[in-house]
Amino acid sequence: MITLGIDLGAKNIKVVILKDNKIIAKSNVLAGFEVDKSAQQAIDKALKEAGVKKEDIDKTISTGAGEKLAPFYDETKSIVGCDSLGAVYLHPAARSVIDVGAEEGRGMRCDETGKIIDFEVNEKCAAGAGAFTEAMSRALEVKLEEIGPLSLKATEEIPMNAQCTVFAESEVVSMVHNKVSKANMAKAVHDAMASRITSMVRKIGFNKDVVLVGGVANNVGFVDSLNKDLGLEVIVPKDPEYVGALGAALAAAGWKGGK
Amino acid sequence: MAEKVELWRWTESRWTNPDLDWKGKVITSGVDVGSVSSQAVILADGKLYAYSNMRTGSDSPDSAMKAINWAMEDTGLTLKDLVYTVGTGYGRVNVPFSQRAITEIACHARGGNYMYGPSVRTILDMGGQDCKAIHCDEKGKVTNFLMNDKCAAGTGRGMEVFADLLGVSINDVGALSLDIDEEPTPVSSTCVVYAKTEATGLLREGWPKNKVLAAYCSAMAHRIMTLLERIGVEEDFAITGGIAKNIGVITRLEKEVGVTIMKTDKYDTQIAGALGAALFAKALHDKGKK
Repeated sequence: MITLGIDLGAKNIKVVILKDNKIIAKSNVLAGFEVDKSAQQAIDKALKEAGVKKEDIDKTISTGAGEKLAPFYDETKSIVGCDSLGAVYLHPAARSVIDVGAEEGRGMRCDETGKIIDFEVNEKCAAGAGAFTEAMSRALEVKLEEIGPLSLKATEEIPMNAQCTVFAESEVVSMVHNKVSKANMAKAVHDAMASRITSMVRKIGFNKDVVLVGGVANNVGFVDSLNKDLGLEVIVPKDPEYVGALGAALAAAGWKGGK
Repeated sequence: MAEKVELWRWTESRWTNPDLDWKGKVITSGVDVGSVSSQAVILADGKLYAYSNMRTGSDSPDSAMKAINWAMEDTGLTLKDLVYTVGTGYGRVNVPFSQRAITEIACHARGGNYMYGPSVRTILDMGGQDCKAIHCDEKGKVTNFLMNDKCAAGTGRGMEVFADLLGVSINDVGALSLDIDEEPTPVSSTCVVYAKTEATGLLREGWPKNKVLAAYCSAMAHRIMTLLERIGVEEDFAITGGIAKNIGVITRLEKEVGVTIMKTDKYDTQIAGALGAALFAKALHDKGKK
């Protein structure tokens, strides 16, 4: 059985194709302004990689903020449901999942079949999402992929007063004036963001097996700050940004735990 | 190299009372060092004599000095003539020549009471990085207040970001936003970061700038309304701070609240906090004398 999962995020579109519950292809395309075209592109890329045709796909499930914009799909499924399904597939012990995407942060608790028990979402405020680190890396004049490793070199813990991304931009400017090192500022940024995510996750509670997914999970500086804040080591799967799309493809295959 | 035009830069101002001679009078001052703007107000025998309103720099003591020096410019006054100075605002403890620091909530109520008269019961101060709704009595004493200082939505800084994005001078935003045929749907994102993305999308769809500004001004009015709803609006209702100059937000807020908003063109609405601080300075000086 061949299934396709597509996750239309605020910034990137991810596609995963499964054959008998095994990943045979994945793709990631910037959403841009013409989301429908980008989605088509992402699907074409994945189909090519998998070496299958559109007609070979038995079922497609679409998820994410732009789920209705996918060029074709049989069903839609909530992103929290897809995230937890994907996380349990990758880590059968996972009962808590945190997803930090470009414009949303989510915390979930689920059972062994990946079914949601409780969840909390922040989609209103950029301070708890990738948009925050993006704005901060601009303010620090550091490449986004460099801000994570940079913060691991911090020598001091400097608290960030601002919660709001817009105010934090001004705060970074005054830190620059006060000659705070870029590494220490980067750490301040990740600590601030981790505390936002932690307070969201605490609302629903968490177990010791916490899986962190979403594009921001690739940021080692953020992961380090989050671990300290939560008091545990989160599990970051390989390619964490694909977990939502993977969950969608698993749901299309009717997967409910076990291999 | 040509310098980049900074569209968010609002007009700084300074004023001296032409009908007043400070000589032989008790000179007190108030300095409000905000996160975005700084003001200095000088009173002669408790009457408004001079003020300045300028952008806060990276250093609070330096911003306080610049503001007071500009207020004293061409008046013959020097720091030595100030018998009592009260600092207020976000950088209130960093006013080097002040004797006391008083919170901006108390100062705005006091200043609003002077600017708009004793009938004012609700003052909405819309600052650069915060927004406060204050209830006060006929003497300008605070009876209750509520503030948002966590989020840029509904603050002057949020409006600056928009002026910059749309390439419109912040001074023109209000008037332009009213130059529309029909009120558009307000921008739906609360967060300024996401509202920016949303506005970019609207521009791509072909919305003219004034329509996008209208959508943002009405979103801001709505945002402030949610703050006001929590504390209630008692008449008379007055607005201070930089956004009080934005007719686009004020007109829409007036509609939402259903109450006439008191307006003044006598003073710069941004001086309310420093004015209150200067009035406190006068009262504290008189008390010390007794």
